[in-house]
Amino acid sequence: MTARLMQGDEACAEGAVAAGCRFFAGYPITPATEIAETLSRLLPRVGGKFIQMEDEIASIAAVIGASVGGAKALTATSGPGFSLMQENIGYAAMAEIPCVIVNVQRLGPSTGRPTSPAQGDVMQARWGTHGDYPVIALAPWTVRETFDLTVQAFNLSERYRTPVILLMDELIGHMREQVRLPDADTLELARRTETRVPPRWYKPFENFPDGPNVNVPPLVPFGEGYRYHITGLHHDERGYPTDRPDEIRPWLDRVFGKIERSLSDILLYEEDGIEDANILVIAYGSTARAARHAVKQARTRGSRVGFLRLKTIWPFAEEVVERAAARLHRVVVPELNRGQLVLEVERVVGRQKVRRVNRADGEMIRPSEILAVIEDLEGAV
Amino acid sequence: MSERSQSLVHRRYLRHSKKFPNVWCAGCGIGIVLGAIIRAVDTLALDKNDVAMISGIGCTGRMPVYVDFNTMHTTHGRALAFATGLKMVKPGMKVIVVMGDGDALAIGGNHFIHAARRNVGLAAVVVNNATYGMTGGQHSPTTPWGIQTATTPYGHIEQQFPISELAVTAGASFVARSTVYHVRELEKYLARAIDKEGFSLVEAIAYCHTTMGRINRWGTTSDMMRHLKEHSVTSRQAKEMSPEERRDMIVRGVFADRDIPEYTQLYDQIIERAQQEALP
Ligand SMILES: Cc1ncc(C[n+]2csc(CCOP(=O)(O)OP(=O)(O)O)c2C)c(N)n1
Ligand code: SF4
Repeated sequence: MTARLMQGDEACAEGAVAAGCRFFAGYPITPATEIAETLSRLLPRVGGKFIQMEDEIASIAAVIGASVGGAKALTATSGPGFSLMQENIGYAAMAEIPCVIVNVQRLGPSTGRPTSPAQGDVMQARWGTHGDYPVIALAPWTVRETFDLTVQAFNLSERYRTPVILLMDELIGHMREQVRLPDADTLELARRTETRVPPRWYKPFENFPDGPNVNVPPLVPFGEGYRYHITGLHHDERGYPTDRPDEIRPWLDRVFGKIERSLSDILLYEEDGIEDANILVIAYGSTARAARHAVKQARTRGSRVGFLRLKTIWPFAEEVVERAAARLHRVVVPELNRGQLVLEVERVVGRQKVRRVNRADGEMIRPSEILAVIEDLEGAV
Repeated sequence: MSERSQSLVHRRYLRHSKKFPNVWCAGCGIGIVLGAIIRAVDTLALDKNDVAMISGIGCTGRMPVYVDFNTMHTTHGRALAFATGLKMVKPGMKVIVVMGDGDALAIGGNHFIHAARRNVGLAAVVVNNATYGMTGGQHSPTTPWGIQTATTPYGHIEQQFPISELAVTAGASFVARSTVYHVRELEKYLARAIDKEGFSLVEAIAYCHTTMGRINRWGTTSDMMRHLKEHSVTSRQAKEMSPEERRDMIVRGVFADRDIPEYTQLYDQIIERAQQEALP
């Protein structure tokens, strides 16, 4: 494909179509609106459906309904809409309905600053809905990676029957970069697994002992001869409501297990220069751009600084961080918030080792701010 | 349809793998609406595989689990939005959406008017018992003025939403109202609603003897049934009455039956247009 200048939001829309997304429901909001606009144009061309709903609650609901009908489905929003979606994200987690939710983060809380980048919804992406549930969240750092991670988001959501959140931010969403998108036929796309049993034996929530798709029972679309029940109540293997702990526990174990046992597939990250480093910078999303720059500068000045960029931020790459930071004296975590993912880093490597670099005023963290912290630490080492 | 086959309808449409008894109080009208729905589906001779029943949360929301369709019990107020997504990707399916009055008109009021306005081919059924049954009889958007509820111990001071009239104004293709006493009529309206291409609404007036009935000392379920019988008139009868006579009457009948292009069918035209324009 020829190179094109495009926004992160457009790349997300292109990635969705390439991933096989055929349904979008959403409600306009800066800085995510361009995803909806692009898809309103692209989806009908490939026989897909686009609908602008009356709000974000309805949008995520329609997305879940469409997914139950068999379509790969997407919604895209920003903080205020993401807050509204939380109840139904929990429904998707509970009923194990694949879907992708894009949150192009802007500065919050509340209406905040719609056109400013932020990473303030990291914890909300993990714990936004009530109750205990597993979740997957990915954070791209370039326009091209927005395309790639959108495809990955669909793959993971189909493979693990779970909602996947793509945490972009205003910078990535609105920034234009020259990108060359991969040809559609070179992409590896996950398809929903099909059941091999007849309707009579089908259990949409079967607690598989083990199998090729560990802990993920196939989800048959509505209207294909398998008439079953879906509910947000705790349910047995057939989907019927239950209040029996001996039916609730296996479900909990399975939905957490399906993620926990597949971390090698789910955890995406990039590391550089960790082997001989004595300081490690851990970053994600747009902040990783400044972090990468600072790391390069520090290295040209002779510092031994490693770089770890998390593409998958939930589940948190505990072991990766633990391993990377084991020998190191110091870890630097820059974030466009008052300190969110750093809480996980501190939990894993210990609070004393960690230096935070935070901004939540609508401006990007500059490489020089990170560099200053690196130099300060070097002096102390 | 013969008496015999009608009496066997429940065997064909209820889930036998599901553990009965149901969650409803003995004497509740929700089961009557369920019975009317499955008989309506039976009259239309639909394939069960092509029928979906989607609900929100509440006593009424518990209905889908008992029927042998493609069933989904969603979140409070959002059933129509879930159903819209399903209908868009499976336009060939008949999607029935069952809701309580609180579900459809309080928390779900916005989705209700927009689903009607959009004219998505869904058959909405609102069991209007004028209260929140499941949470214990608090007031709902259809609670009559002056009534006592669990949250209006000194009387209710808000106006009622007329559900059917609201749906007509919002643009629904088919709108009808009956009661759980007038089962045959209800069944007929349901069949027409499910058969209709565009958005349709059937409002089934019911009661909740366990909560609001008890709080207001309305007597037994038979008393409440008798009330529905004696305090309701057909829309034709209503026309002959003075506003004064009509004031406390439930008006039954069909309030809209019009042909408006259905949303998913219109969307097919969008796809055609987009694909033609995309040609080199
Ligand atoms: C978001 C949310 N808010 C509140 C509730 C609690 N709740 C459950 S059912 C219900 C009202 C049910 O009343 P209605 O919709 O009229 O149905 P009915 O029970 O009378 O059939 C409420 C408020 C909930 N489940 N979810
Ligand atoms: S509480 Fe009321 S609405 Fe609910 S099942 Fe009992 S009688 Fe019916």
